[in-house]
Amino acid sequence: MISLEPRAEPSKLMGYAAPVIALVVTLLAGLVLFALLKVPVGEAFYAFFIDPISSVYGLSELGVKAAPLIMIAVALSIGYRANVWNIGAEGQLILGGICGGAVALYFYEVEGWFVLPLMIFAGILGGMLWAAIPALLKTRFNANEILTSLMLTYIAALLLSMLVHGPLRDPDGFNFPESRLFHAAATLPIILEGTRLHIGALVALLLVVVGWVLLSRTLLGFALKVNGQAPRAGLYAGFTQNRLIWFSLLFCGAAAGCAGLFEVAGPIGQLLPTISPGYGFTAIIVAFLGRLHPVGIVFAGLVMALSYLGGESAQISLNLPVAVTGVFQGMLLFFLLAADVLINYRVVWRSKAVKA
Amino acid sequence: MFALPKDSSKKVVFTKLRKLSAVVAAAVFTIGSMSVQADDPVKVGFVYVGPVGDHGWTYRHDLGRQAIEAEFGDKVETTFVESVPEGADAERVIRKLASDGHDLIFTTSFGYMNPTNKVAKAFPDVKFEHATGYKRADNVSTYSARFYEGRAVLGTMAGMMTKSNIIGYIGSFPIPEVVRGINAFTIAMRKVNPDAEVRVVWVNTWYDPGKESDAAKTLIDQGADIITQHTDSPAPLQAAQERGVIGFGQASDMSAFAPEAQLTSIIDDWDQYYIDRTKAVMDGTWESQDVWDGIDTGMVAFSDYGPAVPDDVKAAADVIKEGIVDGSIHAFQGPIKNQAGEEVVAEGEVLSDEVLLGMDYYVEGVQGSLPK
Repeated sequence: MISLEPRAEPSKLMGYAAPVIALVVTLLAGLVLFALLKVPVGEAFYAFFIDPISSVYGLSELGVKAAPLIMIAVALSIGYRANVWNIGAEGQLILGGICGGAVALYFYEVEGWFVLPLMIFAGILGGMLWAAIPALLKTRFNANEILTSLMLTYIAALLLSMLVHGPLRDPDGFNFPESRLFHAAATLPIILEGTRLHIGALVALLLVVVGWVLLSRTLLGFALKVNGQAPRAGLYAGFTQNRLIWFSLLFCGAAAGCAGLFEVAGPIGQLLPTISPGYGFTAIIVAFLGRLHPVGIVFAGLVMALSYLGGESAQISLNLPVAVTGVFQGMLLFFLLAADVLINYRVVWRSKAVKA
Repeated sequence: MFALPKDSSKKVVFTKLRKLSAVVAAAVFTIGSMSVQADDPVKVGFVYVGPVGDHGWTYRHDLGRQAIEAEFGDKVETTFVESVPEGADAERVIRKLASDGHDLIFTTSFGYMNPTNKVAKAFPDVKFEHATGYKRADNVSTYSARFYEGRAVLGTMAGMMTKSNIIGYIGSFPIPEVVRGINAFTIAMRKVNPDAEVRVVWVNTWYDPGKESDAAKTLIDQGADIITQHTDSPAPLQAAQERGVIGFGQASDMSAFAPEAQLTSIIDDWDQYYIDRTKAVMDGTWESQDVWDGIDTGMVAFSDYGPAVPDDVKAAADVIKEGIVDGSIHAFQGPIKNQAGEEVVAEGEVLSDEVLLGMDYYVEGVQGSLPK
């Protein structure tokens, strides 16, 4: 019989090592997978992990893909530390895109310097408003924020679909469901000429610093962590739980909304029926892979972004199916969770006789 | 569980053809290589919105890709990237194909329009072909098929065969392409059966077997005895087969999934178009163009009639097919009334392509309102 026994003191070192171990085991399992698919292992690894970032353009695309993941994951991790389980960052992202995009379309004929800042402001506000709904329901009616925030995601997606099919549709676009292309004053400045790397990447890094300072250097960060680990202790210390819930959700709404605006004002350049390939959900994996730590999240975000680029590259050069991307992401999370179990529990072998 | 698709036999044929042509080409090459150096193969790339195993839209495009390989053997090299989201990711994938030395790139979904044109600007020597869009450039062509012609055939059959006079229609997105199909179907149906009506369920996806199946069941529960769809998976037809009603396949022959239920299926046949365009790149005669072909060129084709189709229905359907080919029948021939009963096309007139391309209203006989 195998059974799991809780460890008295989970190893702190192993806690940080777990993502690295999970990554290494994923790579090894990937070796086996490629061998089973009868693909030359060396070539497959090159196509998946090296080729996508072997050029400046490839690296810039890694940044484009990782920036929204990191922005949202950092903000999510702050809430998760405080036991506030916002699952609806995707919806908050969409609302940010809608509100910021609507501003761009409203000023379609105005090429003022103020358009872009106004868009960013509107995007952040939109994300915060969408996050305020679960916050209100949680603090007023004690409604589970996991459910409310998740369900609001689907409402947000349908709202976007409705708008691009109707009022925000390109009037010259044969009724196809997409908005006009934003003009130059309404698109994000590019950091690196000839690529799509926009200022969102810098904002993401800035947010990482803000997240780190907040969590490790401020009373608010301390209160959030106490509330997460020992809510009663937090109560005795005089931290108002409702305020922490409001802060966590609004902060994440702002970050996700901003990320959404960056998507529509950056690489996409218009409003479409879908503006995110699930960044809000993938960011949850990124947050945990990064151990809910801002610095860890940067690495996790880059790894996750690479897995998408690698999947595309492997399809092009080796004709591997797209499912390989999903398999890699799944394995990574699976091995991480397995490692976490082993950190918190020890495996005990017991014979039946002893048990009896 | 999934049954083996009927078209897999075709795949085998393709593979054999490819091998055969490779052998022939190799033989020719050995003879010819004494004097002439062989050219580099033409590289053709494809971007797909769904998985190649969807047995619908993407599957048919991939058969087209295989047709290129079968036709040209080792004079071509083809590549595809499947399930590429229509958003920020598409541009990167298209650019990667272009910078990897592809000479001709087919982007096979509407949402790739702006990314395709953006990349095309940066790669003026690469030829691009965008399916179902309307933006062109010197190195960007657009192509699509007049599927609404096929819908008129299906509508005729449905009008004759329905007993409950309720047809269930599963729509993907309320874009002109889909609305045009619903209207063509309904107009043809009402010509043979003025009492029949069409009920539409929008699933807001091109490919989601679970959602598509649920929509089919809902429509059957509402009394629909014929199911038709503008989504890509065989799931609605499978649901019809389970519930003992009938329906139409979509984009490819789906009879393997629903042998009794499938009456016929519109087949998107891109094979010849893809071969022609690849040939044009090889010959250096490729030029930007806008193609919208129908039943007459074979771009819109049909699978064989299913066992449930009586002879008079087959005959009536054939009349429509022939009429469309010889030009005596148009799917949007007046008089056509909108839902409010107002005449939008007068007797003796047909709708222009321009109006068809932007169609955003339902005709009389469709229940419910078009989502805006």
